[in-house]
Amino acid sequence: MLNYYIVDMEKKFLKLNDKFNKQTSLFNDLINLFEENKNQIFKNDTKKISEVRKQALEKFSKSELPTLKHEKWRDTDLSKTLSKNYKYYFDAEENNSEIGKTFKCVVPQLDSLSFTFVNGWNTFESELITLEDGIIIGSFSDAMKKFPEIVEQHFAKTFQPEKDFFSLLNTSYAQDGFFIYVPDNVNSQKSIQIVNIINNDENIFLQPRNLVIIGKNSKLSLIHCHDSVNQKNSFTNSVTEIFLNENSNIDYYKLQNLNNQSTLLNHTNFYQNTNSNISSNSISLNGGLIRNETCVEIEGEGCAANVYGLFLMDDKQHIDNHIFIDHKKSNCVSNELFKGILDDNASAVFNGHVLVRQDSQKTEAFQSNKNILLTDTAKINTKPFLEIYADDVKCSHGATVGQLDNEALFYLRSRGISENNARMLLMYAFAAEVINKISIEPLKNRIDDMVKKRLRGELSVCDQCVLHCGTPEKEIDFEIDLSKI
Amino acid sequence: MKAGKDKIIDEVTQNDYKYGFVTDIETETAKKGLTEETIRFISKKKNEPEFMLEYRLKAYKKWLSMKMPEWANLKIPEIEYQDIIFYAAPKKREDLDSLDEVDPELLNTFNKLGISLDEQKKLAGVAVDAVMDSVSVKTTFSDTLAKHGIIFCSFSEAVKNHPELIKKYMSSVVPSGDNYFAALNSAVFSDGSFCYIPKGVRCPIELSTYFRINAANTGQFERTLIIAEEGSYVSYMEGCTAPQRDENQLHAAIVEIVAHKDAEVKYSTVQNWYPGNKEGKGGIFNFVTKRGLCKGENSKISWTQVETGSAITWKYPSCILKGDNSNCEFYSVAVTNNFQQADTGSKMIHLGRNTKSTIISKGISAGKSNNSYRGLVKIAKKAENSRNFSQCDSLLMGDRCGANTFPYIEARNKSSIIEHEATTSKISEDQLFYCNQRGISTESAIGLIVNGYAKEVLKKLPMEFAVEAQKLLQVTLEGSVG
Repeated sequence: MLNYYIVDMEKKFLKLNDKFNKQTSLFNDLINLFEENKNQIFKNDTKKISEVRKQALEKFSKSELPTLKHEKWRDTDLSKTLSKNYKYYFDAEENNSEIGKTFKCVVPQLDSLSFTFVNGWNTFESELITLEDGIIIGSFSDAMKKFPEIVEQHFAKTFQPEKDFFSLLNTSYAQDGFFIYVPDNVNSQKSIQIVNIINNDENIFLQPRNLVIIGKNSKLSLIHCHDSVNQKNSFTNSVTEIFLNENSNIDYYKLQNLNNQSTLLNHTNFYQNTNSNISSNSISLNGGLIRNETCVEIEGEGCAANVYGLFLMDDKQHIDNHIFIDHKKSNCVSNELFKGILDDNASAVFNGHVLVRQDSQKTEAFQSNKNILLTDTAKINTKPFLEIYADDVKCSHGATVGQLDNEALFYLRSRGISENNARMLLMYAFAAEVINKISIEPLKNRIDDMVKKRLRGELSVCDQCVLHCGTPEKEIDFEIDLSKI
Repeated sequence: MKAGKDKIIDEVTQNDYKYGFVTDIETETAKKGLTEETIRFISKKKNEPEFMLEYRLKAYKKWLSMKMPEWANLKIPEIEYQDIIFYAAPKKREDLDSLDEVDPELLNTFNKLGISLDEQKKLAGVAVDAVMDSVSVKTTFSDTLAKHGIIFCSFSEAVKNHPELIKKYMSSVVPSGDNYFAALNSAVFSDGSFCYIPKGVRCPIELSTYFRINAANTGQFERTLIIAEEGSYVSYMEGCTAPQRDENQLHAAIVEIVAHKDAEVKYSTVQNWYPGNKEGKGGIFNFVTKRGLCKGENSKISWTQVETGSAITWKYPSCILKGDNSNCEFYSVAVTNNFQQADTGSKMIHLGRNTKSTIISKGISAGKSNNSYRGLVKIAKKAENSRNFSQCDSLLMGDRCGANTFPYIEARNKSSIIEHEATTSKISEDQLFYCNQRGISTESAIGLIVNGYAKEVLKKLPMEFAVEAQKLLQVTLEGSVG
């Protein structure tokens, strides 16, 4: 039985002027919606989880809708996307699994296991799967049924700002998403790929909730894709919590290629124990409004957190990268590198915040954000913040905004390379620094191709699956004879 | 080594604020608190024309509708505005023509501070406008300057003698409702300095204002307005001190600079308000709005500041680069010790083509203080080929202090280049060891390193100030490594 509600946002959100009334009614609406569908939401819950939800909802009802007046949202305007009507489903649609089967995503030569979500709902044939090496993968809803203790222990336990509107909303409504449990001492060679596909005839609002737990001395590589396959509006409010136990490792790749009508709020919360390593790489190729909010809580000594990102935006796309790294313990290293190219009327926000707490001595934290503006209508706002309360640290940040180097362009052109190709080459070289951070070779090649395609304007969201994953790899290269250079 | 360091820290912390004396002078004050009546009283006391009163009342109304800003990384205790005396002036005779008529106590005060109002100062070639408890006491060298057509006088004199200039330029850079403290200042400001450099004149001597808070329970609200006409040049200095008191005193000032075509204004500040005692008690709350407008082509404004005093500093000297090819520089050294808090930086707003700005900020935090750089670089769509370079370094001394950097960078066109870099570090053991090894004591080594660290900014100061600033740095910081 299809069970959905229309969240009639148009009348409630929007316009800051009489913000108060509208917010109140939106709150009531979302709270009422929750009350009305309690049974559906609580279906798989244990008592404890229901309690967490109720608390989150209570906090949510006291929080404020983010508007441009909020410091963290001053450059990202949600009023337009929130002025649309969205449908909210409390149950999976019937034909989802069909779609899930159609869109198989295979990265050539990549040894991976792929799992597909359609409109936020899993399309898995069986419940939780246990792999040979003991890794458990499945849907969040099934995990709540089968491993209530593990879920209880981790659900909503990472850093969640008390007042973060969307995280709280997600926690109270969370129904489905992926669940990965890696036991101790497992070093998996296989990558796990999670594909989120948005394919709907109407505008939809979805809230996936993901949970990843990595045991001691274990390693996981995870590829997390967000794709849309048509031009409908969508609003995704996703929260992913990743727990790293001692000596564990994660290679985490986010690939975002959504249509221009979509909104993606992507919260990723890392919780690091002693000697754990994070390498996170978010590649944003397309999307109407993307906000990647990454929080890293460093709770043990000897940790390393590497957070990289690349964004290539054009048209009226907007990307917002918020990174918060909380150095709570000594002897840890964090690295941030975000690069972006903006064309047409695109706009981007980078907000990196490194907090080094008192007594977190011997911390090293580096932040870098580099941007290229190709037009006079593109906008960039960058805010690399450092907040430091310990003295024996090495911290630095840098931010640049510029354009393609004219001299380099001239050099290439003087060697007979067309202006277009020369520009492509320079842009690609700029982006390559981030791409080269990808440690899985086949994935790197794949993303490399996609970035090249994107720069040439060939990669767009169409009725076919965006990634053309089924098609064999075609050598895509620049039409230049590099030997001439 | 450790013991040696501790000793040095003790020495430093015992270093008292040497300008903390109180001058026993008769003052005339307004009633405590802020109402429309207070504003009328101030305006009447100063024999102001009607337009000034209207201006004040308008600002007061705006202020009432505003809220204390909370975005800064500062812990500001509740300020009870009804407990502050908004007007205090040393009692004086009607008009002063020569120095003999100035209250000798007053002269003493300034002599004690090392600010000579005497004509002896001729040798130094600095014209001084001394402001005590927000009323201008005496301006030296007015006559000499008048020969060049330069107007350098107190703000109230300017209101009387040059109302057309005041009407034209006052609030043209900082609107009366710009922010909470600017609105407060616009409503109650008592005096300040006014400076007008006519077309094509290069001001032959340095102009200087010296601010002194003396009376208890008072707030100081002064306003400075500098206008540099086409092709002119002026170098302007500002210094300030206050007595040691247990309660916090409020200082909310406005500085406006207008630079016309080809004009250059150099503004230097050594801010040394009373910073409070070692336990963080007392001290000045320093909330200042400083803004320059590069109005004409090729105009240039440079801000240089050395911030060592005040319990709380909230100050963002900024510049609007409106004229094509205009240029603005901001050099700052901010030092905080004990329980001091500083949230300071600069705003550069590029509107004209080929505009250039440079921000060099050096923060030094010691003790339990908190020092933040907060800056904005905004390049508008039409500001083609604009250029900004910002460098914000922080030096931490001790593990109980904080150093923060909050840069905001907003770019709106494709032909501009913005660069920002920042580092945070402490004086490394290696550096100290290197110096020690060569027979330099830890204390002098730290002095050496800090001075080297701040050199880039200090060398931008006029000579007179540079010496004072260097000394100040030494006093505040020597050996605070621990």
